[in-house]
Amino acid sequence: MIDMKNKLIKYVGFLLVVALVAASCAKKLDLFPTNDLTPEKAFANAAGYKSVLAKIYGTLAITGNTGPAGNPDISGGLDEGSQVAFIRMFFNCQELPTDEAVVAWNDQTIKDFHNLKWTNADPFLKGIYARPIYNITLINEYIRESSDAKLAERGIGGSEAADIKNSVAEVRFLRAYNYWVMMDLFGKSTFITEDDLVGAILPKEISRANLYLYIEKELKAIEGQLAPVKTAEYGRVDQGAAWALLARLYLNAGTYTATTNYTDAVTYAKKVIAAPYTLYGGYPRVFMADNDKAKDEFIFAINCDGLRTQAFGNTTFFVHAACGDEGAEYGVSGGWYGYRSTSAFVNLFSDLTGSTDKRAMFTTSKYGTSPAQLVITDISNFDQGPHVKKYVNLRSDGGPVSDSRKEFADVDFPAFRLAEMYLVYAEAVLRGGTGGDAATALGYINNIRTRAYGNATGNISAGQLNLQFILDERGRELYWEGHRRTDLIRYGLLTTGTYLWPWKGGVSSGTAVDSKYNIFPIPASNLVANSNLTQNAGY
Amino acid sequence: MRKISQKLMLSFVMFFMSLAAFSQNAVTGKVTDSKDGTPVVGASITVKGTKTATQTAADGSFKINAPANSTLVISSVGFAQQDVKVDANSVANVSLTQVNQQLNELVVVAYGTKRKGDLTGSVTSVTAKDFQKGVVNSSEQLLQGKVAGLEVTTGGGSPGGGSRIRIRGGASLNASNDPLLVIDGVPVEGNGIAGSSNLLNTINPNDIESISVLKDAAATALYGSRASNGVLIVTTKKGTKGKIRYNFNTQLSTGIVGKTVDVLSGDEVRAIINADAASGGNNLYKNLLGTANTDWQKEIYRPAFGWDNNVSASGAFKNIPFRASIGYLTQDGILRTDNFKRFTGSLNLTPKFFNDHLSVNLALKGSNTKNNFANGGAIGSAIAFDPTQSVRSNTGKFGNYTEWLDPNGTLIDLATRNPIALLNQRDNTSSVNRFVGNVQLDYKIHWLPDLHLMVNLGIDNASGSGNDNIDSASATNYKTGGRKSFYEQKKINTIADVQLFYSKEFKKLKTKFDVLVGHSYQDFTTKVKNFSSFSYRSVADPANPQRKDTIAGSQPTFLTDKPQYRLESYLGRVNLSIANKYLITASIRRDGSSKFAKDNRVGYFPSVAAAWKLKDDFFKSVNIINDLKLRVSWGSTGQQDGIPYYSYLPYYSRSEAGAQYQFGNTFYSFLRPSAYDPDRKWETTTTTNVGLDFGFLNNRISGSVDYYIKKTKDLLSTVPVAAGGNFNIELLTNVGNMENRGVEFTLNTVPIKKQNLTWEFGFNFTYNTREITNLLKQQDPNFKGIEVSGISGGTGNNIGRFNVGYAPFTYFVFKQVYDPATNRPIEGLYEDLNRDGIINQSDRYYYKKPASDIFVGLNTQVTYKKYSLGITGHGAFGAYLYNNFNSNNGVLRQIKNPINFIGNASANYLETGFSNNQYLSDYYIENASFFRLDNINLGYNWGKIMKGKASLRIAASVQNVFIISKYKGLDPENSNDTGVDNNIYPRPRIFSLGFNLDF
Repeated sequence: MIDMKNKLIKYVGFLLVVALVAASCAKKLDLFPTNDLTPEKAFANAAGYKSVLAKIYGTLAITGNTGPAGNPDISGGLDEGSQVAFIRMFFNCQELPTDEAVVAWNDQTIKDFHNLKWTNADPFLKGIYARPIYNITLINEYIRESSDAKLAERGIGGSEAADIKNSVAEVRFLRAYNYWVMMDLFGKSTFITEDDLVGAILPKEISRANLYLYIEKELKAIEGQLAPVKTAEYGRVDQGAAWALLARLYLNAGTYTATTNYTDAVTYAKKVIAAPYTLYGGYPRVFMADNDKAKDEFIFAINCDGLRTQAFGNTTFFVHAACGDEGAEYGVSGGWYGYRSTSAFVNLFSDLTGSTDKRAMFTTSKYGTSPAQLVITDISNFDQGPHVKKYVNLRSDGGPVSDSRKEFADVDFPAFRLAEMYLVYAEAVLRGGTGGDAATALGYINNIRTRAYGNATGNISAGQLNLQFILDERGRELYWEGHRRTDLIRYGLLTTGTYLWPWKGGVSSGTAVDSKYNIFPIPASNLVANSNLTQNAGY
Repeated sequence: MRKISQKLMLSFVMFFMSLAAFSQNAVTGKVTDSKDGTPVVGASITVKGTKTATQTAADGSFKINAPANSTLVISSVGFAQQDVKVDANSVANVSLTQVNQQLNELVVVAYGTKRKGDLTGSVTSVTAKDFQKGVVNSSEQLLQGKVAGLEVTTGGGSPGGGSRIRIRGGASLNASNDPLLVIDGVPVEGNGIAGSSNLLNTINPNDIESISVLKDAAATALYGSRASNGVLIVTTKKGTKGKIRYNFNTQLSTGIVGKTVDVLSGDEVRAIINADAASGGNNLYKNLLGTANTDWQKEIYRPAFGWDNNVSASGAFKNIPFRASIGYLTQDGILRTDNFKRFTGSLNLTPKFFNDHLSVNLALKGSNTKNNFANGGAIGSAIAFDPTQSVRSNTGKFGNYTEWLDPNGTLIDLATRNPIALLNQRDNTSSVNRFVGNVQLDYKIHWLPDLHLMVNLGIDNASGSGNDNIDSASATNYKTGGRKSFYEQKKINTIADVQLFYSKEFKKLKTKFDVLVGHSYQDFTTKVKNFSSFSYRSVADPANPQRKDTIAGSQPTFLTDKPQYRLESYLGRVNLSIANKYLITASIRRDGSSKFAKDNRVGYFPSVAAAWKLKDDFFKSVNIINDLKLRVSWGSTGQQDGIPYYSYLPYYSRSEAGAQYQFGNTFYSFLRPSAYDPDRKWETTTTTNVGLDFGFLNNRISGSVDYYIKKTKDLLSTVPVAAGGNFNIELLTNVGNMENRGVEFTLNTVPIKKQNLTWEFGFNFTYNTREITNLLKQQDPNFKGIEVSGISGGTGNNIGRFNVGYAPFTYFVFKQVYDPATNRPIEGLYEDLNRDGIINQSDRYYYKKPASDIFVGLNTQVTYKKYSLGITGHGAFGAYLYNNFNSNNGVLRQIKNPINFIGNASANYLETGFSNNQYLSDYYIENASFFRLDNINLGYNWGKIMKGKASLRIAASVQNVFIISKYKGLDPENSNDTGVDNNIYPRPRIFSLGFNLDF
């Protein structure tokens, strides 16, 4: 009996121990992820800052934390590859509604872009509205984490702290650039700065005029804080980028504010040109896999790499979407059979073969530039229309590209390059901006044309230089680089009946459309989520 | 020594009792079954009002000392209790009547068991004898069509595949809608594991004794923050004291593909292309035509063999009741290369110690499953691949399988891949080990036997690993020289429960109550190992055939990860029974979960329920009514499954190898902040249930009716958030409300009950509606809903919406215009519903939904002498599917693919004549109501064989016998919540033959 009692005591004791263990474990409900970092840990050292800075730049090149897709920055029911990639969506907004591009695909509403009949329910617009604001949200967080007090608290000093301070000016440039995209596409924008904490506020709205002033103020404020022009390492921005964006901003001041400012456009274009930047030899090479060599022409390029910076919506998109069977000529393994141009645009070139003006890159092994080829009777038929072979994933030195499978491109995307500044200078001078002169303008235009032709045979005379010529020249020089819609609006041609191109407004011969299409609608889901936002007129 | 003292004690008691009694006589008798006169073994005989009791022996006989004019109470499980007056008689032969729905039957409920007749909540228990027959590879399928309010939809015909399980429609939008699963007291992992398509298939259905389906909050609330979608409690078979008995059963089966998708033949495709070339003058496609007539679906499917073997032993070993079993199953899938193997072992020990004061219940289940996953992409490819091509080519490329090449001889990347190559060139295998074990100790306190201390310690340990290798010649992966990849994942769930249980009966007041208080602690840890992928280089590097090259970009950022979450809970329950007529249950659970921030971590989930045995108050003397009980319950439960473990915290994640950015000559990986919601908590569902249980005519007609309303608030929904307000434009947060309402009806009848012939018939019916009643924090009349239900075709196309006033996943489509002459849809022409002169997104409308309104289950069993015939079926009505196969493949564009290759189209193309896809047309929303005859099962009870040492039963069955439906696609039963029907693995028709030997 005693033995049994002992056993019993033991047993009850055991049960009590079990109960106590259970109870004590139970307090441990504060768990943390194994690999992810809390903000304190992420920003604990300079390397962490650098990784966040890489993300901020990287949001322009790729779509998430897994290349090419699978872990998107922006979800919301959007397709990662085609709807939230900055370069691809910027291209769809700036080029598809114009004479420069049409698309064969049936992806949701993609055809509405060339037809100029999009609605506030458009998922692509939802994506391009979200992307710049997302980028700005990251930037604001970075600025908050980079205050002197926080750096001191984390024991980051010396050259590391100096680099971080420098990078704050860079991200402020990128914020201004993202806001410029919002201003250009949507007119007004959701407006947040480093003073608006994440999760705490319903963001406010800013009008186009006020956003213009904000961008201008920011760019001028950081002008002196950025690295001196042409001193930043490749991929990062310096003073040149701020000047170039100011020049672009002032050239379009009339669109953004109703008050033109060509004089400042001249001033800032001049600053960039004087840096000095130089045109890279051979126009086609500017858009090849090793175009990082064009760094003396590029003021700010978005870096892409076939192995390490992969996405379906960066320059990978340009090389695949423009080709079909003839992928090998584009340096890719296969085409996506999507984008072409229109006859109205390619006819800006007097010789489409590319043998005189090398910028006319419309001939592939499969498609030529015969008059019959240029006609598009069915937009969905990829075989029809002029094909564009501007971006290719081939190296000018013949070497191998990073991705041996040839799926993802190495081509960097020039967001700002010198040729644009020449054109800004010339146009601003012609439109009455002071501080420049027509002779210099002519010289700059002929610089561009000399590079395009490989010699002086394409040069023009002073008498040929007029505003229409500049628009056409911008088309020839900058096509498929995301300028055309802004240019056509500045010239009053996007929605009006003055200039028609095939399938403008969804009609084969082209038609005028409502002027509301000069600006995109605020995607409806944003209005639902944020009562501070208002819709654009007509939508 | 102890035994002797016990016996002495008993003798003394008997002695004194016999002295006390006036006159004592020894009553003998025999208890038999009224049905066939066979003896009832182990029936208990008690002298009413005393503790004098005995049991019948193997021949049904008993002997008991009872005073004259006393009453004997004779009872046995499965029979109606009977009282017999002892007059002067010393012989009492009793014939007991079997009851169909035995109210005394114990039903497993949350944290305990209950007499069926005393249930206050809505609980349906299905025991082994009523399970689905035939080939059942996974436990949830045992219940298909058996329980009102429970919808089990298999994902398709893959042998190890999973099912969608919905109890009363599902209470959630973006969190999980799966019920909580409890196996022998261990709430188990619901999220599955790498290498397994269904973690439930690791449990051998042959080891399962019963499954309780807990439906209303009164039944589920004790599981608190995980119980909103109902609970399934699986209880495995246990041993009973007595001689060791063995059972061996084996089942052989063959599955064949019942129906394939209706596509064009080679000749039809040739005719279309030739006609097109003749009219258009373009021979591009004509030149690509082949000469074959390949039925690609025939090529990929095959008869599937299966063999299932189980051996079990049950009885007592040295006074310890036990049951042990092993099982081995191998099952082919009808898709070539598909195979599932399972080896299981289980052991249950139920010993008692210290004069039965300590009951121990040890349950161990181990299994190894091996999957050979066929490449499911072959199903879609077989439908879309050009039937004019033969399987093989002699190009010497891509393993000599026919693939689409461009004129230069390079592969067209975006073309359809050869289905047979997809199957043969991929080797995707996995092995999953799982161990579920627990020990339950129930200690009846020596000095207060009414008080029990109960401890439950359990573990659910699963580890999955696998290889997914693709041949270097494969068209899908030739660019990297093939691909070898490996994965590994472990899950360790542990549970520690401590409970105190006190019960007390006040005999005079005919009142009893019991109280349960407990503490539970559960930890869910996952360990993931990440590996790089490698290419095969045996061809490129003959000197070193084993050489492996890491595939660029496949290097994981982290080699391991260990996500983890914990739950800590307190629970309490009171049961009160007054006069055995009025039953009241109240319970509460307090849950703390590591998934939420400190301030939102703790929640309380109460419930109350009452039942009134109307029979005893109003119909006591009405003999045709055996049971009539009204139940009313109310309670609240939660849901936290399906949401990330740490996402209430702001955190930064490191990017992977393919996501870096170049500064200068260096590539930097990213640190990215994620969207987070510090205010997130579980969603809460409040369920009100009114039910009536009934039994008439000796319970030959019995059943129940329930009406319920489930209201979910603080829905875990992924909703748009203001751009710039967080690190994303949508966030999983608590916003919105949803309602489920429904009626359930269960009827079990025994229309014929004769000596040699019994006919049983059961029927269940469920009506359920589901509606989103709110989705926004601030209401907005212009809210267009949230796009859901991605489809195949195009990029990013969605067919459904979540919106207020509609069922989840309601389709949002254009209204098709038809040609009045031919009744054919006119391509691209839709009604301008808002009459603004433009057909655009504003003309889409809400039309039908994927969930069924009504589902029914039927089962019937006829037993004639040694033969039995069972038939079961189930159906669902009011569901509509989006026929994505027709919308994507039923167009000319699919045959004349713009990427310059030929494909095959759905035969639907012949009906529409569409050139281009019209994805968003309501033409493709089809009525998917159906009735399926699941199973016909014929059994023959051979009886004694081997000189009476064993008995044999033989059963033959056909599964998936036929289906009645208007649906034009392959199968109207779809487990996809979105209702998008695409690429389904056909459910096979299975013929099986089984032998069951008891010895």
